Amino acid sequence: MRQTMNGVLRRHGLVLAFLVFLAGVALNAEAFLTPGNILDVLRQVSITGMMALGVTFVVLTGRLDLSVGSLLTLLTVIVVDQHNIAGPFPAIVMTLAAGLAVGALNGLLVGFVGLNALIVTLAMLSFLQGLVLFYSGGSNVNVQNAQETWFAVFGRGDFLGLPVPVILFLVGAVVAGLVLQFTSFGRRVYGVGGNETASIFSGIDARWTVFWTYVVSGFTTGVAAIIMGSRVMGAQNTIGQGYELTVLAGVILGGTSLLGGSGSVWRTVIGISMLGFIQNGLLLLGFAYYVQWLVTWAVIIIAVWIDLGAKRGRILA
Amino acid sequence: MMEAAILKVRGITKTFPGVKALDDVSFDIQPGEVHALVGENGAGKSTLMKVLAGLYKPDGGEIVYQGAPTQVAGPLDARQKGILLIHQELSLSPELSVAENIYLGAWPTNRFGVLKKRELRRNASAALDALGCGFGPDVRVGTLSVAMQQMVEIARAEAFSANVVIFDEPTASLTDTEKDQLFHTIRGLKERGVGIVYISHKMDEIFDITDRITVLRDGQVQGTVDTCDTDLNRVTRMMIGRTLDAYFVKAKAEFGSEVLRVEGLSKSGLFDDVSFSVKEGEVLGLYGLVGAGRSEVVETIFGVRRADAGRLFWKEGRIDLPTPRQSIDMGMALVPESRKEQGLVLMMGGRENTSLPHLRLFSEVSIMNKPRELAVFEKYRSALSIKTTGPDQAVSQLSGGNQQKFVLAKWLCADPKLIILDEPTRGIDVGSKSAIHELIADLAERGLAVIVISSEMPEVLGVSHRVLAMSEGAVVAEFEGDALTEEHLIDAVSHHRGEAAA
Ligand SMILES: Nc1ncnc2c1ncn2[C@@H]1O[C@H](COP(=O)(O)OP(=O)(O)OP(=O)(O)O)[C@@H](O)[C@H]1O
Ligand SMILES: [Mg+2]
Repeated sequence: MRQTMNGVLRRHGLVLAFLVFLAGVALNAEAFLTPGNILDVLRQVSITGMMALGVTFVVLTGRLDLSVGSLLTLLTVIVVDQHNIAGPFPAIVMTLAAGLAVGALNGLLVGFVGLNALIVTLAMLSFLQGLVLFYSGGSNVNVQNAQETWFAVFGRGDFLGLPVPVILFLVGAVVAGLVLQFTSFGRRVYGVGGNETASIFSGIDARWTVFWTYVVSGFTTGVAAIIMGSRVMGAQNTIGQGYELTVLAGVILGGTSLLGGSGSVWRTVIGISMLGFIQNGLLLLGFAYYVQWLVTWAVIIIAVWIDLGAKRGRILA
Repeated sequence: MMEAAILKVRGITKTFPGVKALDDVSFDIQPGEVHALVGENGAGKSTLMKVLAGLYKPDGGEIVYQGAPTQVAGPLDARQKGILLIHQELSLSPELSVAENIYLGAWPTNRFGVLKKRELRRNASAALDALGCGFGPDVRVGTLSVAMQQMVEIARAEAFSANVVIFDEPTASLTDTEKDQLFHTIRGLKERGVGIVYISHKMDEIFDITDRITVLRDGQVQGTVDTCDTDLNRVTRMMIGRTLDAYFVKAKAEFGSEVLRVEGLSKSGLFDDVSFSVKEGEVLGLYGLVGAGRSEVVETIFGVRRADAGRLFWKEGRIDLPTPRQSIDMGMALVPESRKEQGLVLMMGGRENTSLPHLRLFSEVSIMNKPRELAVFEKYRSALSIKTTGPDQAVSQLSGGNQQKFVLAKWLCADPKLIILDEPTRGIDVGSKSAIHELIADLAERGLAVIVISSEMPEVLGVSHRVLAMSEGAVVAEFEGDALTEEHLIDAVSHHRGEAAA
């Protein structure tokens, strides 16, 4: 109990540190808390956040998905390129289908073949990076009729004063949250993550459960790629580089346990938003771009440390 | 006149959110005595012992150790002071060697922090020899049986020259022979003046080995009595406020048609050519020593393990070996042996654990029906008198016996046709135990087929209509009616073992 209390204090400490940071940035960079900047941050967060929704499902089963970074690159390249070739609607369908397919392949290898999730998705990360170069021949792609296509709505549109990507993210978060909270699938995800053996004894097919979480992750990355392609109206071969770590950092910063079985979508929304504001704040304070990476690294280490610390407390208490 | 106590606690209080686990508890341990601590599930026994071992910090009260008020800072501190807790659930590191486990966290090191391997081995083997263990310090703990792992924990008593050793339900997974060895060890510790606390729900053990008995109820001490001045009825009354019939209620022997038949089920290395059948309304007992292969057989029937050969018939129709999902959907239920590993998702509450095997029954088009879950939760909370603060209290926070009751609840709630109970009363207090025996009789009379695995002879004999004796993976004998006696069972199991050894 004592240890768990400590965990709570440490977690509150983290939120406190975040608020102090916000205040610090606001005092030093006037632009920080302006509505325009906040909306910018939210636009950026809607992409990482959308991916993090799916990754939350995977992490809740006690597994990882590191392939989402290069999957985002691949799918963004596909959506932009196919937009030029086949038009916006077929491009969107193809992108989502490709995302589902990659998710299914991850799910097959981790869930059914039983390979280690870290290895499988890391290998997938590098395989997909190769596939991007193969597909694009190394050159960047751009949407040719960027000014007139309705495809622009996903990344650039506004609705009732809110950016459409932010609305997409919020709707996605609500749906994901409802699925995890109120459906039998959600219950299976928490069951498998909390105690896989006991879930199998309860007649839950852990293989299918794991499989579907990767499919969800592939799908949300597909949606993120549509937002990304629409926002940038183009795609470089490195556009999603490093996103896998930002996404994972957001998920664990929110407090979803890497060991599986505990966490939630709203935690992910909070974690990924905090991370978005931290990264934006650092830029506004004039730090170089790469400082973000140092900070992301530190955030991952601290969040995992707190997670394991709280776990250990729970075991002792 | 008593000697001065080694350890006294005065007015200890400990509150968890929603529960007062310990309320002004005082008691003492004399050198060279075995002091029993008894009480219902959730009475606070484990909590009190965890306070002594430095795992919990009490809210109030004091611990006087060897005459001086003492703060126990943590488990390692307790061990170094000479207070050793042997957990309800063993807590060793399976990947480490016996020697490393004995000194876990307190390894002898030189100035540079390098492990002194030779000293570690030497000290560990001295401790093991003193206990007469049949294994060396280099064995990996994961390869040892439960009884041997327990000896590793007890070896810490030697290694740290403990003055107080606390056993929390030590015999829950031991065979009779292993239990005798444990009692021998306990008597040895006692002769050397060690003060021992012994927690158990098995009253025969309490009256066999202890000198004094302290009864806890709802976190309060009901009293301490000398074991030789009291009897079972009096202790039971102190524990639960009433006495219990010593008799088992057996279900009326009115059987319907056959529910399950197993023919020639085999898995190499585990069990061989197992055949039996069970009818509606019948309670079939599977008796055997721990390790006889009983759990493996029922796990295979249920579908969590694969068989090499064998045929299953469900309601007289041949079926393929099912998956767990198919078994559950047919109406089979398996209350598994180990509640923490196989039975429960510890972070979930009682409500979610109860519905986990039957998500389809508790949902409409995949949407969980929470009111229905709550209704079933409440039904079993009162039927099995489960102590929990609410439907969403994580079951990890419940006492061992109350966790076990949720494992029963999750399998009873969907009205199975066949229920297999693997050690259903392990860690359950005497009052609830007889409630579970009545429940078994009741289920059978309602027409369920019941298979009960138990290592407790009186329990198997008391609840079953028919008993199969298993030894080393084979069914060696079958008894029913007047032939159902202790002598026959012991004879069947030990005779076979003797043969196998010769
Ligand atoms: N970490 C915890 N958090 C919240 N409540 C707890 C915690 N540990 C124990 N409790 C509660 O304290 C009470 C006493 O539990 P304890 O484990 O001491 O019982 P016990 O006497 O050992 O029972 P059993 O015979 O079933 O092992 C129970 O109501 C339990 O739910
Ligand atoms: Mg206990």
